[in-house]
Amino acid sequence: MADADTLKAEILKAVAEAGDLDALEQVRIAALGRKGSLTEAMKGLGGLAPDERRAAGQALNAAKDAVAGAIEARKAALGRARLDSRLAAERVDVTLPARLRPAGTIHPISQVMDELQAIFADMGFTVAEGPDIEDDFHNFTALNIPEAHPARQMHDTFYLPPAADGRTMLLRTHTSPVQIRTMMATPPPHRIIAPGRTYRCDSDITHTPMFHQVEGLVIDRATHMGHLKGCLEDLCRTFFEVDDLPLRFRPSYFPFTEPSCEVDIGCSRADGELKIGAGEGWLEILGAGMVHPNVLVNCGLDPDHWQGFAFGMGVERVAMLKYGIPDLRTFFESDLRWLRHYGFACLDQPSLAYGLAR
Amino acid sequence: MKITLTWLRDHLDTDADAATVAEALTGLGLEVEGIHDPAAALAAFTVAKIKEAVPHPDADKLRVCTVDTGTETVQVVCGAPNARAGLRGVFAAPGTYVPGLGVTLGKAKIRGVESAGMMCSARELEIGDDHDGIIELSGAPALGSPAAAALGLDDPVLDVAVTPNRGDCLGVQGIARDLAARGLGRLKHYMPAQVKGTFTSPIGIRLDFPADNVACPHFIGRSIRGVRNGESPDWLKRKLQAVGLRPISALVDITNYLLMDRNRPLHVFDAEAIAGDLTIRMSRPGERLTALDGCDYDLGAGAVVIADRDGVLSLGGIMGGESSACTAQTVNVLLEAAYFEPLAIAATGRRLGIESDARYRFERGVDPASALPGIEAATQLVLDLCGGEASAVVVAGAAPQRDTVIEFPSALVARRGGMEIPESRVIEILTALGFEAKPAAGGLSVRVPPWRGDVTMAADLVEEVLRVEGFDAIPSVSLAPTAAITRPVTIPRQRHRGLARRALAARGMAEAVSFSFIGEREAKLFGGGDPSLRLANPISSELTDMRPSLLPALIAAVTRNAARGLGDTALFEVGPAYADATPAGQSFVADGIRTGSFGPRHWAERPRPVDTFDAKADALAALAECGAPVASLQTFAEAPSWYHPGRAGTLRLGPKTILAAFGEVHPGVLAAMDAAGPMVGFEVFLDAIPEPRDRGSRARPPLDLSPFQPVSRDFAFIVDDSVAGEALIRAVRGADRTLIVDATVFDVYHGKGVPEGKVSIALAVTLQPVKATLTDAEIEAVAKKVVAAAEKAVGATLRA
Repeated sequence: MADADTLKAEILKAVAEAGDLDALEQVRIAALGRKGSLTEAMKGLGGLAPDERRAAGQALNAAKDAVAGAIEARKAALGRARLDSRLAAERVDVTLPARLRPAGTIHPISQVMDELQAIFADMGFTVAEGPDIEDDFHNFTALNIPEAHPARQMHDTFYLPPAADGRTMLLRTHTSPVQIRTMMATPPPHRIIAPGRTYRCDSDITHTPMFHQVEGLVIDRATHMGHLKGCLEDLCRTFFEVDDLPLRFRPSYFPFTEPSCEVDIGCSRADGELKIGAGEGWLEILGAGMVHPNVLVNCGLDPDHWQGFAFGMGVERVAMLKYGIPDLRTFFESDLRWLRHYGFACLDQPSLAYGLAR
Repeated sequence: MKITLTWLRDHLDTDADAATVAEALTGLGLEVEGIHDPAAALAAFTVAKIKEAVPHPDADKLRVCTVDTGTETVQVVCGAPNARAGLRGVFAAPGTYVPGLGVTLGKAKIRGVESAGMMCSARELEIGDDHDGIIELSGAPALGSPAAAALGLDDPVLDVAVTPNRGDCLGVQGIARDLAARGLGRLKHYMPAQVKGTFTSPIGIRLDFPADNVACPHFIGRSIRGVRNGESPDWLKRKLQAVGLRPISALVDITNYLLMDRNRPLHVFDAEAIAGDLTIRMSRPGERLTALDGCDYDLGAGAVVIADRDGVLSLGGIMGGESSACTAQTVNVLLEAAYFEPLAIAATGRRLGIESDARYRFERGVDPASALPGIEAATQLVLDLCGGEASAVVVAGAAPQRDTVIEFPSALVARRGGMEIPESRVIEILTALGFEAKPAAGGLSVRVPPWRGDVTMAADLVEEVLRVEGFDAIPSVSLAPTAAITRPVTIPRQRHRGLARRALAARGMAEAVSFSFIGEREAKLFGGGDPSLRLANPISSELTDMRPSLLPALIAAVTRNAARGLGDTALFEVGPAYADATPAGQSFVADGIRTGSFGPRHWAERPRPVDTFDAKADALAALAECGAPVASLQTFAEAPSWYHPGRAGTLRLGPKTILAAFGEVHPGVLAAMDAAGPMVGFEVFLDAIPEPRDRGSRARPPLDLSPFQPVSRDFAFIVDDSVAGEALIRAVRGADRTLIVDATVFDVYHGKGVPEGKVSIALAVTLQPVKATLTDAEIEAVAKKVVAAAEKAVGATLRA
């Protein structure tokens, strides 16, 4: 029926020409609204003969479906265009800096102590501690360093006023008094580390009046020099993450161990850069030895039944070596630039599961 | 202690070079800290001979020499008066750097004559002051051979770090003995021959000590008359110089030589300066001595002295006196060889603050049997080098008899050392070290030589055997695990430190580590300054007192950073603070300081200055991470004196247990520290955090989720300015414990619409229905309860 086709064509043209959603709505109302052209045409069907009415009705219905479909399609297209233009207007400069929370840092001393603690935890060492302000019994006498022993002078001790009971009070010169406190407080066997602050009355390029040590003590019935070597080899290789790191055990002297040794790790220097590992050089990193029988006796243990080893390691020293920190004194200067450069992220908690260092 | 390779060879028959000796010594526990080869500096200089020397055609004082360098013949212009045909000297070829001139030689024309090199003077090589002429080498050293060897300057010097227990190795002889035991050569044994005295010494010697304190049990004297105390011969001077000792005179050099050679301290008195006999005794109050170092010492009581009729002549075992020192005019002398007790020498030396080679050795133990052989060796050297005539020795007391015999169980080396060593080898090692080892029941019976006072027990012998055998030979054994089930290796108190540290770093703060001591003034500003915590020997006046708080060091650090242009600083430290000198007086705290703005300047957000509530948040974050019950904490508007009295508080668990203090730092305190404020800070008392109750299970309580939506209602209250906001919150939250699950302050307002002296505090209250959605009437009922509770608790009224 020419009428329906003509109407359809006109309306579709208007749909296509509707420039926005409002114009499209006007077209819809003009065609399909209560008084719309198609609606009116449908109303006019009632006046036709039944045969004509069916044919005309079919044509009009088809036209109505086509128009409705076209309007929906046009509506979707116009909606997309409107959103696109809104989004285009909402552009921001995404290259501008984000709102960052300033990152805090963990001091290398704390980080390295956590690393050492993780390694020793794996070897079954628990953490012991003792006070920084010690008496001369725990710091010297019980450690087989009697009054007037030359080793006492070597320690450059800081002294405090004597205690009320006359004891000489001092700042511990090493973490070794924790050995004494541990052995006197609890029965053997012992397998402990004691990290902490230590003090010597000394200050120059390579000495600060305060520094940190990690003490270790193993006491049982059978631990010998071979275990000392094995334990410290395992420690150093794990800590420095060098599987074949060579270690050298040099006989030395500490009053509280017998035999005593100083322990060196291998290193090489190329183009002024120090590398930890097999090489032509050695770096001293800790002192160790079999606990002196006199020390055991001083702590009430029978050296014929109990024995073991002890060691002490400078925390700053190994931190400097592992992380390439050149100057000891800078550890204590609290220079923010230094703390940010050498510090560690707060979530970088050393563990054997996630790795000692990222 | 320094030794040279040739000096070592006086005692050790060995071909080993310096590097081999050094490695062996380090392996033995005598660490070689450095090898200095003087030949290295002279490597470019060679021996050459002047074949012909003719006058320079254009200069009176110059000669044109034809020089045979061993490889070629060159022409050298030389200005030395002693340049002559036949002279063997030291040649420097063009290209050689001459240290004494500071130049590198080139080929040159001197007054028109070619000169290809130079014949050198001692000063040009920096080996002496002589510049009167070129060096004349004695003998006939091979032409072209290294000059260092021809000059006797090719003797490597080893710097050996001798541990305090090895006094015997403070002499070359002792070092040689250890090396021989290590298999590096054969030890040459010396026993000085007895010099027969031709007269009786006119100076008597008497020991005068209380029986319980014989600080000098053995003193030998010997007069030698008619000596000439000139310069020492070259060999002696060279030996001493090589190990860093300055030759003084033959008599003094002889004592220094034996000191270094055999660890045998000796002393020589000018006998003319001795009035009457000698008494070795303890000093008396008021006695003084001008020692050889030129210092005048008030000896006080209790120093070991050698005195004559007129008073103290010498500090025994430490240093001689100036008045009886030998000079070039000295003719008659008294030689002294004695044994002094280490403790007495150490105490006197420390008290008077005198360092000397003798003190160093007597403190560490000199062989008590060495006095007599020592004086014999010294006598012979004096007679050889200075002439004269020796008396018979005068002996007072006797050498202390050290006869230590140790039972040495066979199994001990393996038990302590972790290495099996055959008994024959053990005996071999001990014998080489001077011990006498004999098989006995269950092991060995070992007699200790007198010079090894450090060896007193079987464990010491294990060390001797192991260090000679080499620690490297001990097989390494990893530690076996202690338990199949692992538990935390720390206790909660210890974990608090790490948790607080990482919590504060997570809040953007940088961890610092500062010294445990601060200045007295700073300590007093922060509640410290107790004399029991003041160092007797501080390293500086800024580091005198054990810190009562970590804040002073952090404030100082913030100030230092500000001076470098780093403004918005957030620093913290976790470490010990000290309330008294007992172990309980030390506690671990986490302290922090913030200054400037919170966060950096940003295009999208205006930064705000840090304030008390940042510090409070820091403290709460640290406490929460440590598992402290932060929900139960009460804030008290009272804080220590170093905080702003109106802008600081304490966080407490109940009224007594203070877990933290926080707030603005008192401006007066900052001013006293020359620090620019404002700063906010906090102190978290980690050790005060209660340990969580062990509930026997890690299981959480059941999660009870309500199916009904929560409802929020806002309330604005007017309260007195003096009312604590926390009390209002607490009252509101407690108004209905079933329905009210949260109450937060979203506004605090002073000003228009709020009466003077009052404040408006607005809270958002969250209600969580449990049984059914709340009706308006039910919500209204709760609101009434909230208002009533606020009124009752703090006199709050709803804002109109």
